Amino acid sequence: MGTTDSTKIEDVVTKALTDFGAEPGDISRDASFEALDIDSLDLAELAQIVEEEFGVELKSDDIRGIGTVGEAIDLIAQRA
Amino acid sequence: MRMRPDGAVALVTGASGGIGAASARALAADGWAVAVTYRSDPEGAARTVDAIQGGGGHAHALDLDVTDAAAAAAVFTRAQEALDGPVLGLVNNAGVRADDLAMSLSDEAWDLVLATNLTAAFRLTRGALKGMVRARYGRVINIASVVGPRANAGQANYAASKAGLVGFTRTAGVEVARRGVTVNAVAPGFIATDMTTDVIDQEMLKAIPARRAGSPDDVAAGVAFLASDAAAYVTATTLFIDGGLTA
Repeated sequence: MGTTDSTKIEDVVTKALTDFGAEPGDISRDASFEALDIDSLDLAELAQIVEEEFGVELKSDDIRGIGTVGEAIDLIAQRA
Repeated sequence: MRMRPDGAVALVTGASGGIGAASARALAADGWAVAVTYRSDPEGAARTVDAIQGGGGHAHALDLDVTDAAAAAAVFTRAQEALDGPVLGLVNNAGVRADDLAMSLSDEAWDLVLATNLTAAFRLTRGALKGMVRARYGRVINIASVVGPRANAGQANYAASKAGLVGFTRTAGVEVARRGVTVNAVAPGFIATDMTTDVIDQEMLKAIPARRAGSPDDVAAGVAFLASDAAAYVTATTLFIDGGLTA
């Protein structure tokens, strides 16, 4: 775990997913990207946002391995 | 319809002459700030910049060998800093020919043409799309050719590169369409430029329904349209500007 506050990560991820069209009420740690209708373009953009906000570079292979919001937050927290 | 943000920059590769220079001028006339890139002709690029500035537009010349991956990755920041705006337009125009029959074409001639006409366009598009997707606005225009869809003996490498560019355009366009970013190709026919003086002859002109070679400005008009707000719903397609040659 890095030094970045995980609440801050959660806020950034939630805001991005909402911008991509996910219903705010459906977003939780357990929610899958598939259920939220978040696809590969959205995840590629999320990776860019994460890089801008936290300086964490997520590769396509990293992104392909994550299926839920919680997994994404944990991966970012690990790297930040 | 989303409007182009103020101060948006269009980067036009190979804009020291011909179709690239005409496209740069047309985009500037439509209000884009234009980054004019060149590899071997700084004077030509300076003329393009002067013409744009003389008309009250904004332009800046940047040296760029499009086959240099590191330079291509860095050019967006350079353009943004020089013209003080985000790069939301990209015209992949830089291209080369190295003609020979397929049976005698060298590996070097193949690699050079593919690297310049196709791989470089991919890398620059990849670099540009990141900012465009975030901005929810972008215009990528790849200068393809009627050669590719049509055969042209002696240009197997060129045909492969341009056909590849058309295929790349379609798929890249589909991927980013819902972010307000369009990716299109323009396929010029026989256009009178320095690059084609040795290939256009009277016999060839008879095969063109319009009975003339096109001008760089004919192509630039299509580029400017595809780059405009009015073309927001035109994406992942190829506009032939060829006097009816491929009809």
